Amino acid sequence: MSTDSVFVHKMWNDHELSKMINKDVPFAMLSDQDGSIGKMYGIYDEDSGVETRGRFIIDPDGIIQGFEVLTPPVGRNVSETLRQVQAFQLVRESNGTEATPSGWKPGKKTLKPSPELVGNVWKEWKVSEAFDD
Amino acid sequence: MPEEFKPGCQRPPIKKAKPPADVISEATVKEDKELLVKVGKPAPEFTAPAYYQGKFVNTSLSEYKGKWVLLCFYPGDFTFV
Repeated sequence: MSTDSVFVHKMWNDHELSKMINKDVPFAMLSDQDGSIGKMYGIYDEDSGVETRGRFIIDPDGIIQGFEVLTPPVGRNVSETLRQVQAFQLVRESNGTEATPSGWKPGKKTLKPSPELVGNVWKEWKVSEAFDD
Repeated sequence: MPEEFKPGCQRPPIKKAKPPADVISEATVKEDKELLVKVGKPAPEFTAPAYYQGKFVNTSLSEYKGKWVLLCFYPGDFTFV
């Protein structure tokens, strides 16, 4: 979503983005020309009239599970966003019985919060697991 | 002569006069705070025009109930990052 019109979105898809991925952009390119949606989400920059790099993870019930906002010159880490979605999906499927510690990614160990785990996370999880291998 | 500027990821600031500070009432500030989104709270509903699969369509966030949604804002088409 940006403050560009849908016509500019079509031109950007046709003349640049489709050439990067050899197909059309597979998701909806939304237009927020007056910035009103960006304002609701707190990411619209009134001084320059554009949306900043806001990214929201919204679950199947419409609840915001996470967000990140960057100023324009720095791009996002798509892998990290997908990792967060996978983590939220795991937690949701476990009905909250499992939690994903720092550095978790699919295949890595989760934690099962319980009274016995209090003060014993150091036995279950090592600091090195917070980092990529 | 118009002044040339270097293209960047951000449009040049729109030049406009700021309202005097006393015009911004406490009520406005409070309203702004209440509008801010929070994790664990519902995402604000919206309907917006979109370009999707070769067509111009109107899309609402509520159409995606039951699915995981990544809502991404960015400064502008044809910018660099």
